[in-house]
This record gives sequence, structure tokens and C-alpha cells, in this order.
Amino acid sequence: MIWLVVALAGGVGAASRFLMDTVIARHNRLNTPLGTIVINVTACFILGVATGLGLDHTMTASWTAVIGTGFCGGYSTFSTASVEGARLFLSGRARAGLVHAGGMLVLGTAAAGLGMLIG
Amino acid sequence: MWALALLVGAGGCLGTLVRALLEGAFGAGHGHFPAMTLAINLVGSAVLGLLLEGLARTGEDAGIRKAVRLGVGTGVIGGFTTYSTFAVETDRLLGGGSPVLGLVYAVVSVSAGLVCAAAGILCARGIFKTRPMEGEGR
Repeated sequence: MIWLVVALAGGVGAASRFLMDTVIARHNRLNTPLGTIVINVTACFILGVATGLGLDHTMTASWTAVIGTGFCGGYSTFSTASVEGARLFLSGRARAGLVHAGGMLVLGTAAAGLGMLIG
Repeated sequence: MWALALLVGAGGCLGTLVRALLEGAFGAGHGHFPAMTLAINLVGSAVLGLLLEGLARTGEDAGIRKAVRLGVGTGVIGGFTTYSTFAVETDRLLGGGSPVLGLVYAVVSVSAGLVCAAAGILCARGIFKTRPMEGEGR
């Protein structure tokens, strides 16, 4: 039963990612994609908070699974981040690729760490 | 746009379910190298690169092609892979007495993810040679 709720939460997360990315792409004037960075960093922060609350048992394991594995997992995406970065490298924009991949890594782990401190 | 969001959501349910079941069965315990998350993210990166480049090279982004890109690419594969779990696992290794393992996990994940995505893209270029992308100048 919990798997079904986790899956549904993942669907809600994925749909939110699509809508968020569409809105950000509409306003982004740089020729480097920004949507996935914003989405993944916010997802890392939310999962950090949920993990923190789960570790000290403020939140039940079921809720942590639904919000963490489900929503945050469906909302964040590793594959799109890799493809966007690889496209930058393959089109000869190695520096933009490094900033894209490295920036997301540093901001994402920092946001997750901050979330765990708060949660 | 809402119909497309629903399509992405349906795909996201499936991708998330498969990831949750795999992590539930083979997930790493705290302090161990998160090999399952890494495998999921690398497979997803390669398949998404192959799919998106293959779709882009075989016709315009409309109709069934757009539905597959959003439902399967953004939905299933996007929901299957996860950046948030990757980041939290990295932080817990870094702060939990395994900083070297955390650093290795972070660097290997991101760099191998890029290599897998590039390999997928290049494979699709090899398979669909007939339709060069605009500005490729061959």
C-alpha cells in the first residue's frame, strides 16, 4: 500500500518538475539551462529537511518515504542533469558544462546539508 | 500544458515505483556505498541521452514523438533517477565518518553520469546518421 502512495507522490513530483521547468525556461535569457538546477537544489533542500525530521523520529518512516522517495525523488532528476551537461560538453562548451555539473553538485549537497540541519 | 503534465505525472509514478522497489530490495545501509542509487542514475542518464537524441534525429518534436519524450523521458526516466537522494547520501557519508567514500561517490556519480549521457547521445548519432542536426556541418 505504501508503495502505491510513494509512486503517486513521485508522479506529483514529476509533474511539478515539468511545470516548474516550463515556467523557468520561459523566463531564462541565458543559453545555459537553469530549470533543472533550480529544481534539483530545491528538491535536495526538501529531502534534507524530511531526512532530518525522519532521523530524529519527528516524522514517521512512512511520511519520510512518501515525501522523500516519492515526491523529492520524482521532482528531482539525475538523468536530465547529466544529459544537459553532456550536451554542453559535446557542443564544445566545456567550461559551461563544468559550471553546470559542478555548480549543481555543490549547491545541491549544500542545500541538502542545510535542510538536514534545520529538520 | 495540463494534459502534458498529467502524462509526465503518469510516467513519473512508474519510474518512482521501480526506483522505490529497487532501493527497497537492494538499497545500501547507512555508511555503505550507495551502489543502487548510482546504478539507477547511470542507467537513467544513458537511456535518456539515447532516447532524446534518437527522437530529435528522427523527426520534429510533435505528436507521438513529443508524447514519448515527455511521458517516457521526462516522466519515467526523470522519476526513476534522483538527484535529491544522491545529494543526501553524499552529505551523510561526508558527515558520517566516511568523507573519502562521500567524495568518491559524488565525483564518480556526476562524472560517470556525464559520460553515460554522452555515450547515449553518441550511440543515437551513430544509429540515426541519416538526419544530421542543424548546424552540425557535415
